[in-house]
Amino acid sequence: MYSPIIIFEALANGLMLGAVYALIALGLTLIYGVLHIVNFAHGALLTVAMYAIWLAFEKFGLDPYLAILIVTPLMFALGYALQRFIIGPSSHGSDNGILLVTLGLSIVIQNLLLAGFSSDTLTIATDYAFGVVPIGPLLLSLPRVIGLGVSLLTALLLWFVLNRTDIGKAIRAVAKERLGASLVGINVAHVYAMTFALGTACLAIAAGLLMPTFYVSPTTGAAFVLVAFTIVVLGGMGSILGALIGGLLIGVVEAVFSLFLGDSLGQIGIFLIFILVLLVKPTGLFGARG
Amino acid sequence: MTKNFELILALAFLALLAVLALVGLPGNILNLFIFMMIVALTAQGWNMLGGYGGLSSFGHAAFFGTGAYTTTILQTTFGINAWIGLVCGVALGALVGALIGFLSFRAGLKGSYFALITLAFAEVLRILANSWDFTGGASGMMVSLKNSFWDLQFADRRYFFLILVVFVVLGLFLTRWLERSAFGAYLIALRENDQAAQALGVDIFRIKMQAITLSAAITSLAGCLYVQNFLFIDANVAYGSWISIEALFAAIVGGAGTIAGPLIGSVLLLGLGEITKSFSGGIPGIDLVVFGIILVLCVAFAPNGVRGYVADLYRRRMNRPPSSPKIV
Amino acid sequence: MKTLMNSVSRRTLLQTGGALAATLAAPGLVRAQAPTVKIGLLQPMTGAFANDGDLAKIGAEYAIKEINDAGGIKALGGAKLELLVGDSRSNAEAGAQATEQLQADGAAIVVGGFASGIAMTGTQAAARYELPFIIDCAVSDALMTRNLKNVFRFNPSFSMAADVALKNLVLINDASGKAAKTVAIVHEDGLLGSGLAKLMQARLPELGFEVVETISHPTPARDMNNVVLRLRSLQPDLIIPSHYFNEFVLFARTLQQQRVKPKGIYALFGGAASSYKFVSEFPEAAEGVMDVNHWGDPKNPTNDKLMAAVKDAGKFYAYNTPINYSVIQVAAQALEFAKSADRGAINEALSKNEFDSGIMPYGKSKFDATGQNVNALPLNTQVQGGQIKVIYPDQFAQAKPKFPANG
Repeated sequence: MYSPIIIFEALANGLMLGAVYALIALGLTLIYGVLHIVNFAHGALLTVAMYAIWLAFEKFGLDPYLAILIVTPLMFALGYALQRFIIGPSSHGSDNGILLVTLGLSIVIQNLLLAGFSSDTLTIATDYAFGVVPIGPLLLSLPRVIGLGVSLLTALLLWFVLNRTDIGKAIRAVAKERLGASLVGINVAHVYAMTFALGTACLAIAAGLLMPTFYVSPTTGAAFVLVAFTIVVLGGMGSILGALIGGLLIGVVEAVFSLFLGDSLGQIGIFLIFILVLLVKPTGLFGARG
Repeated sequence: MTKNFELILALAFLALLAVLALVGLPGNILNLFIFMMIVALTAQGWNMLGGYGGLSSFGHAAFFGTGAYTTTILQTTFGINAWIGLVCGVALGALVGALIGFLSFRAGLKGSYFALITLAFAEVLRILANSWDFTGGASGMMVSLKNSFWDLQFADRRYFFLILVVFVVLGLFLTRWLERSAFGAYLIALRENDQAAQALGVDIFRIKMQAITLSAAITSLAGCLYVQNFLFIDANVAYGSWISIEALFAAIVGGAGTIAGPLIGSVLLLGLGEITKSFSGGIPGIDLVVFGIILVLCVAFAPNGVRGYVADLYRRRMNRPPSSPKIV
Repeated sequence: MKTLMNSVSRRTLLQTGGALAATLAAPGLVRAQAPTVKIGLLQPMTGAFANDGDLAKIGAEYAIKEINDAGGIKALGGAKLELLVGDSRSNAEAGAQATEQLQADGAAIVVGGFASGIAMTGTQAAARYELPFIIDCAVSDALMTRNLKNVFRFNPSFSMAADVALKNLVLINDASGKAAKTVAIVHEDGLLGSGLAKLMQARLPELGFEVVETISHPTPARDMNNVVLRLRSLQPDLIIPSHYFNEFVLFARTLQQQRVKPKGIYALFGGAASSYKFVSEFPEAAEGVMDVNHWGDPKNPTNDKLMAAVKDAGKFYAYNTPINYSVIQVAAQALEFAKSADRGAINEALSKNEFDSGIMPYGKSKFDATGQNVNALPLNTQVQGGQIKVIYPDQFAQAKPKFPANG
């Protein structure tokens, strides 16, 4: 049996890592909620963002957290262009088309990264990467604490954009009633692209939060995709709040399972929850539609 | 292009491959053809459920792997002959299909929800197969090399290729049967509008159950045959997402919900993968970039699959009105 | 039907064999332009293991250049070697297909394989053509149990490596006055980690160690915090990790983060002490880590040249380079012994002779009846003062082991 300190620390760690998972899932759930597509290029786009953060650090000496401010608009633009000029036109709006195009894109992106950066594992070394925040007897990792804060802030910001801005209102209108929205003069293709762009921009922030403690290679994003899907389902597909709570929850579940079962079998816990939620309440914790 | 014409063309194409193989092909081409047939069979299974039933699965690896592991364990652990292993593999694969179907269709899952739950089931099986001893754990399992008909291994691989071709032909006929049968009509009806189908008195739960069981059986057959060719599996090969993706790629690129689609798709995709290898220019990855771009272009210009594209061209030439694009 | 098939296959075989023989048997005729012999290199150039493939290719290319510059294969009239690279795309089916392609392109011998699953299907494909295949660093014991006459393994197997690892561990621990009593094993859940962990778990207690915990994790791992938390609570004297580079990076960084300082880290394949990349990027976390891994003989001058070649390519040196350099050297010697590029002759030459092991510390390589190199041997290394030093066995050692590492 573990001492309470170890257990508390595991829970805290799960919560903090879960927040970053949530950030990755936020983009995915936003895109699903509006475009009704499962974006299989999400993992590859996360990898792109991580390389961008690495480049900013390596070539321009920018701190990964500061680099977020530059990489986010770039990823936003990339996301917009991808949806507006590639995914939208080439998929003809069919589910199968979107599935194939996003999968095809992920193959292209992953191998472009391989050709451009080669296969090396790249890391960023910062002074604060090994820093800890002592809270009582707990030693919390400084980058993780920052990750939790920034993730919560991002979710809040995203909520604000969706509820308090014109583009947010347009996005919600299209999500609810696509045809009606286009009838009142909303440019649906533009709104779709803006949504995709917002979802992709979230990845830039996640990448900035991950890079101080993680590494990047052309296949890195794949490690986070399945867990992000799980969170999206758990929280309810399309729900921002759901993704946030779902992410925190999955982080904690993963921590507890791996503390007691080991990391390998611990992964089963995540998928069992995923299956159970789908079977019992497919709309997830906060899903709107049935 | 009538359905029968499509079937005849597909059969003629397979006959051509078989003749080519008999006359003598370089080993690398024969190996590629063998793999094309295995993927075609996997995709034919996927097509029954995903193409005709509109229930796209991301987890056909669950069936592929169950077939593969069943026949491997029966052969290596219990010394049972490969053909019985194959029958058991198909049966168990079908059972896993029925089980996953029962749980998910009871809960009324469809669309992305169904896709994701199949993915999750396949992942659970992958993690379990990687840790259990009787599946060989992480070291995987090896089928020992024994060349005889009863071991379903042949010193001359052309025999194995011909057996695969026979199975793919059976798959084609099965698909053609499905299109004509009442079962197939119900399946297509629930794809187009399941509520309307239910209102008309179709037992949609039963139809879906039959479809997933049939689909799983065919895909697990492909899994069994995979083992007989490569003689080695581990959890990532058998239950890994690569085969789920390969199956849906082949079926959709070729033409989901058509007789020849899965065959066309697997031949094109795997053939393309080989051809693009010469484009790499010495930089690793460039060939796969080209492959991915062609894939996206394929979807952009042939939204109904290559089979649909060809049919439209044919119609245009005959001055007939084009088929309306179908959203699956 | 059957006779038709047989006659056809025999004819094609004769044709390709004849063509090959014609190109090779002509040294006397065309003196100005020596014939070439193609050597296939099966490596993962794309996918998850692409970095290993890159490093292996550097070593193989270096060896080919060296052999050609020294006059090629003398027994074949100075035939030059040509490298054909087959990309296994980091998966088993593509490995088989790439081997078929190498065969179709006329490789006389194939080396490589890298991961056990890929080596498994690749060698199987090669067996159909009796194409000689020398495995570079796949460790699974099962690979050499299939009685394939064309398959040879240059590197030590799993159990050979585990034997050496345990023997040296006992030596190191005894020298420290048995500083380590409790051990925790951390391993990736694939073939490599799980297999080694199982062997360690079974044999460590016999040698007087108490295994307090065995923790497995998936590859790729997203996080090592929970693994390290368990270790922090158990306080083992020694940690034995066995996983790939990326996971070791995460693991070592998390240990440092959480201030977990065991008396020693003794990694089996893929720890800091066999990675210049890790040592240069995380010197603090790397210091004192011991490793058992494929490793080139540090006293061989070619080792330094290879290191320079890898550096020029903008990469960090790892074992793939020296081992593939050496396996090409073995292939070239086999051609010399066989005096022909005929497959049967090469297979026979490989099974009957002893070979110089390039820069690997294997002494004379000799393949037994199963095809395993009986003299293959991993080395023990340790990071000392920011340098990777060989600490065992004595004839290769550059330094004495420092254990306990943290005083």
